Amino acid sequence: MATMSSTENITSHAETPRMTAHQLAQRCARKDTVRIARGLGWFSIGLGLTELVAPRAVARLVGTNNHSSMVRGYGLREITAGVGILSTRQPAGWVWSRVAGDVADLASLATAMNSKRNQRGKAAFGLAAVTGVTALDIWCARQLSAAVEGEAGRRAQTEASLIVNRSPEECYGFWRNLENLPRFLSSVEAVRISGERTSHWIAKLPDGSRVEWEAEVIEDVPSRAISWRTLPEAQLPHSGEVEFTAAPGHRGTIVRVRMDFGEAPLRMKAASLIGKGPAQIIDKDLRRFKQVIETGEAITTEGQPAGRRSSVTWLDKIAR
Amino acid sequence: MRANCWQGKRKMSVEHVPDPKILNSRDAIVKVTSTAICGSDLHLYNGFVPSMEQGDIVGHEFMGEVVDVGPGVSNLKVGDRVVVPFPISCGSCFFCRKEMHSLCENSNPNAWMAEKLWGHSPAGLFGYSHLLGGFAGGQAEYARVPFADVGPIKVNGGLTDEQVLFLSDIFPTGYMAAEACDIEPGDTVAVWGCGPVGQFAIQSAYLLGAERVIAIDRFPERLRMARERSRAETINYEEKNVLETLKEWTGGRGPDACIDAVGMESHSPGLMYAYDRAKQAMMLESDRPIALREAIMACRNGGTVSIAGVYGGLADKIPFGSVMNRSIQIKTGQTHVQRYLRPLLERIEKGEIDPSFVVTHRMSLDDAPQAYDMFLNKQDECIKVVLKP
Repeated sequence: MATMSSTENITSHAETPRMTAHQLAQRCARKDTVRIARGLGWFSIGLGLTELVAPRAVARLVGTNNHSSMVRGYGLREITAGVGILSTRQPAGWVWSRVAGDVADLASLATAMNSKRNQRGKAAFGLAAVTGVTALDIWCARQLSAAVEGEAGRRAQTEASLIVNRSPEECYGFWRNLENLPRFLSSVEAVRISGERTSHWIAKLPDGSRVEWEAEVIEDVPSRAISWRTLPEAQLPHSGEVEFTAAPGHRGTIVRVRMDFGEAPLRMKAASLIGKGPAQIIDKDLRRFKQVIETGEAITTEGQPAGRRSSVTWLDKIAR
Repeated sequence: MRANCWQGKRKMSVEHVPDPKILNSRDAIVKVTSTAICGSDLHLYNGFVPSMEQGDIVGHEFMGEVVDVGPGVSNLKVGDRVVVPFPISCGSCFFCRKEMHSLCENSNPNAWMAEKLWGHSPAGLFGYSHLLGGFAGGQAEYARVPFADVGPIKVNGGLTDEQVLFLSDIFPTGYMAAEACDIEPGDTVAVWGCGPVGQFAIQSAYLLGAERVIAIDRFPERLRMARERSRAETINYEEKNVLETLKEWTGGRGPDACIDAVGMESHSPGLMYAYDRAKQAMMLESDRPIALREAIMACRNGGTVSIAGVYGGLADKIPFGSVMNRSIQIKTGQTHVQRYLRPLLERIEKGEIDPSFVVTHRMSLDDAPQAYDMFLNKQDECIKVVLKP
């Protein structure tokens, strides 16, 4: 491990200047896009407030009559999108929601154009204005989405770390005995040693499906680190690494886990909605590792009495 | 067995549920002989604690007889009489080793959820929401006690249940609040709230050498108990302006330490109360910190504000400028009960204090729903209810 990391350092140093220039250009472009997104956010709030407070005036401006409550509804939608854009660092989703809103606006205006009761000239003006904004929204949303994917890729990579009140030797020893792993890896049902460096794994995914794979240890530095990857043909290809670093002041060990599920199946990502995404599971499993090694086992309430049918609730299931 | 279950806001019911079993090797099962309703249970009752679920068994002040132990418990045996502390603590993590048991890193299986709300997770507690572990509580015939080799303290037969029951929470809670005040000879301590925790805070302040303790409440029976049983001077905040009175009684300087034994459902006669109630109703704040604000404003320069009352989320308009500019230190936390069990039991054994004085009502576990209602509405001068399963 020591040699490995120093090699890595040398390579990354050599590449630093070129990478930085490239990243800098990317970052500047993203900064501009974010500025435009924020502009759109404020525009949303302004337009939304106007629609909310003076729906008739807005309706008159685009040549339609009445429909105050509909315009008010659109106003609320605009405000929501605006607040959404301004209150997050990754506004791509909210800008896409603006695009969806634009489509609704365009549809309404097109309907208005077809109605004889309305002033078609004004509606056409409204249609042109919204089309322009829609184009800007689409451009901005695409830029933002591309930036997000460029940063993290489609890969499900995740990292978690936790301080454990045991020495790096003890932590390493416990983890290296692979048959201990099901004691704290909540989705792993069994690990069987199948060769000098290989092991066979059986796991249950959050959606209930069972997957199996063969993994091999690719690096094993006593008391420091273990890394592994699945062999070809694995049902859930991934690689992982765990590092044990002595915490300062003899306060135990900082255990750091990195996992890479490559292009993880969609169902794995969808599981994050119920607290069972890859990152969340690793976070919780690491906590279970700490409980097992510090206290002997992971504490549970499963099977305790309650004044209802099940001993644990949906909240517990999300949290564990 | 029968157990008191939370069914929703202002609704408790005693249900027949399965008996608890050993689930972890360091568990014990305790046959509850006495259990009490805590003021903080009223926060659950009023629906101010998030992540309560229909059917949760409540109660975190209980004691009884050990009827079963897991293979990992060697210091307890069937038949032992024990008092169970309300925080669940493993005894071996960083915080347990520092005797900060209510911060145990290993006892909350739902720590992930608590981190989302509070940044980091404290220990799991009995019967106090899923955020704090979702553990079944002790207002029941039997209770499962995790890490039973660390928490429960054995008590001999010479003392009655009511003399030792409050070691589970309110006596150590009042004591820790007073201890946090670093009381020096000559000190004046003011205590907001004359409920059971307030009473123990007053008495503990005297035990720790306070010269004078001033207690603040509005219910005559609680003020009377503070005067007659706990030897405090009292202020009825509905009759007197608390800040002015405290200044007057301390020559303008203010109390050396102020203890908030009220928490997140504070009350005041003024507009402030309406303001906080409205904000709470609109979910603009989760806690109404009226007593805390007053305690901060009242405290002398360089003094200590010690908070024993429970807060759950976000509180508004805390006069932080007053805290900073006047060098006030704030001490708080869920009680590290395990740390205080032995020394406080000794004080009880020596007769320095008899905690049973707070009990005003003794009822059957079956009457728990009525007891909650009575305790909430302070009917029949209710201060502390002990339930017998």
